[in-house]
Amino acid sequence: MGGGVARVVLGSFFVLFVLFLYGPTLTILVLSFQGPDGGLTFPMNGVSLHWFANLFETQAVGDFGGALSRSLMLAGMVMLTTVVVSVAAGMGFRRRFAGSGALFTLTVASLIVPSILVSLGIGLLFTLMGWDTAWYSSAFGAQLTWTLPFGVLIMFAVFNRFDRSWEEAARDQGATAWQSFRHVVLPIIAPSVIGIALFGFTLSYDEFARTLLTAGSDNTLPLEIFGMTTNITTPVLYALGTVTTLLSFTVIGLALAGVALLRRRRLGSPAG
Amino acid sequence: MTLPDDVELVAVTKRYGAAIAVEDVSLRIPRGTYCCLLGPSGCGKTSTLRMIAGHEIATEGDVIVAGENVTTLPPARRGTAMMFQSYALFPHLSCLDNVAFSLKMKGVDKTERRARAGEFLALVQMEKYAERLPAQLSGGQQQRVALARALITRPKVLLLDEPLSALDPFLRGRMREELKRLQRELGISFIHVTHGQDEAMALSDLAVVMNNGRIEQAAPPREVFERPSSAFVARFIGGHNVLPDGGSTIAVRTDRCRLGEPGNGPHLPGRVSAVEYQGALVRVALTGADGEEAVALLPDETFFARPVAIGDAATLVWSPADVHHLQAA
Repeated sequence: MGGGVARVVLGSFFVLFVLFLYGPTLTILVLSFQGPDGGLTFPMNGVSLHWFANLFETQAVGDFGGALSRSLMLAGMVMLTTVVVSVAAGMGFRRRFAGSGALFTLTVASLIVPSILVSLGIGLLFTLMGWDTAWYSSAFGAQLTWTLPFGVLIMFAVFNRFDRSWEEAARDQGATAWQSFRHVVLPIIAPSVIGIALFGFTLSYDEFARTLLTAGSDNTLPLEIFGMTTNITTPVLYALGTVTTLLSFTVIGLALAGVALLRRRRLGSPAG
Repeated sequence: MTLPDDVELVAVTKRYGAAIAVEDVSLRIPRGTYCCLLGPSGCGKTSTLRMIAGHEIATEGDVIVAGENVTTLPPARRGTAMMFQSYALFPHLSCLDNVAFSLKMKGVDKTERRARAGEFLALVQMEKYAERLPAQLSGGQQQRVALARALITRPKVLLLDEPLSALDPFLRGRMREELKRLQRELGISFIHVTHGQDEAMALSDLAVVMNNGRIEQAAPPREVFERPSSAFVARFIGGHNVLPDGGSTIAVRTDRCRLGEPGNGPHLPGRVSAVEYQGALVRVALTGADGEEAVALLPDETFFARPVAIGDAATLVWSPADVHHLQAA
């Protein structure tokens, strides 16, 4: 009997927890379908896609579409750079070289510098040099100070467990350095690389503080949303929430599908 | 016309910073030889193997494979192939693709390379497991795949880094026979690193005993056993009592020693410190008056005709003809 009670208590607790997690998102999802005359709160005043359409029109106070595409592009750039640099650094740092300790410390140090200071510093530097801050230059750099150390640390952990004799075997089998990387190293570390890519993408996509003083005149999505919360009072905000949430789920789904595909090919029948 | 040796090392030295791993090693391995590099851990045997393989570059000296100086060539251009201690099978590729890897690197088309890989899997009786991943195989099966992967490159010399150390004793015995059979059938040289003297004795045509980065003795195993060149070799190869004799040191095979009366011949008085029944043989360990340790390996009937127990006084005797004088270390 005691087990039954515990199950009910724990079960209800779990349901409450899930509600707490997804309740607000669900509320936003529902409210984003408000009718054209609906407000920010319940009750629903009809059901429509009005606010979704509204979302992609340039408005007086906000430019959702522009911000979203800028954010996506920036996240893509950050993702790509993080993956390439992290994998290269992971490979490079397997051997000690002059200054490797100092370089490592310097890389990881940017993790502990408060993000708003990084943003301020980079913003100031650009002002001092007379350059214009922009999402694709200064904000890009500022976000890399956050994603790169993470990616590099993950790659260090991956290569710590990486058996060097795999590469020696590849060389023994006549693989060039590039073939050894392409056909042995990369497939073995692929799941971690996908992890870093995802993670670089998300960290960039929802980064706020580091972009705040470096994005220049064109906002990224988080900055745009923040700006709107103070100015806009229509359900278009909710429509935005719904679209971005869907986007996140799509990215996660794509990543999982990618991992599953890799695993199938690995277990799989005739792989070349 | 004489054919060149499969491998020749000419005054090869390997240093890591100030540490010397291999010092001034010279060795000739004739064609089609099963050669074992034997020694305790840290003796330089693995470094020597890796220099032949090309995974280390000799600091000094030359490595010659089939008459060609390969000292600085990359591993795949030396005519050697290596089987790694951990097997180093590629975990993301099936057995067949592991074996076909070198052909893929060379650009051999898919149908042909899969057919050839299949032949080599059959050579090691692994054709049934062609589509399995390495993680789905036992240690012994992984080793067979690794062997096929090394052999498909058609090496003149196969290098094996402690190939049997990860297997259980039963499997080890079977793999040992199989390695020897393959070597004989293929007619190429195998260089096999091991720290087990029984492995070296069972397999090798040429046993190379190493210690502290140098070769102590390189000879057929029977010669190493019957005429060890130093006290180290006699102790390492086992089966010998290494005893002081006046100013020099002698080695006497333990199976040539008996327990008996101190007559005019050579003998060592002492006390029995251990008795081990081994079936056909009984091993009696003795501690001499000056603390020397010695062993007599007696046929069981000899022992049981006049058994001794721990603590008994006993005298080890041997024939002067069985004395082997060792060079001063």
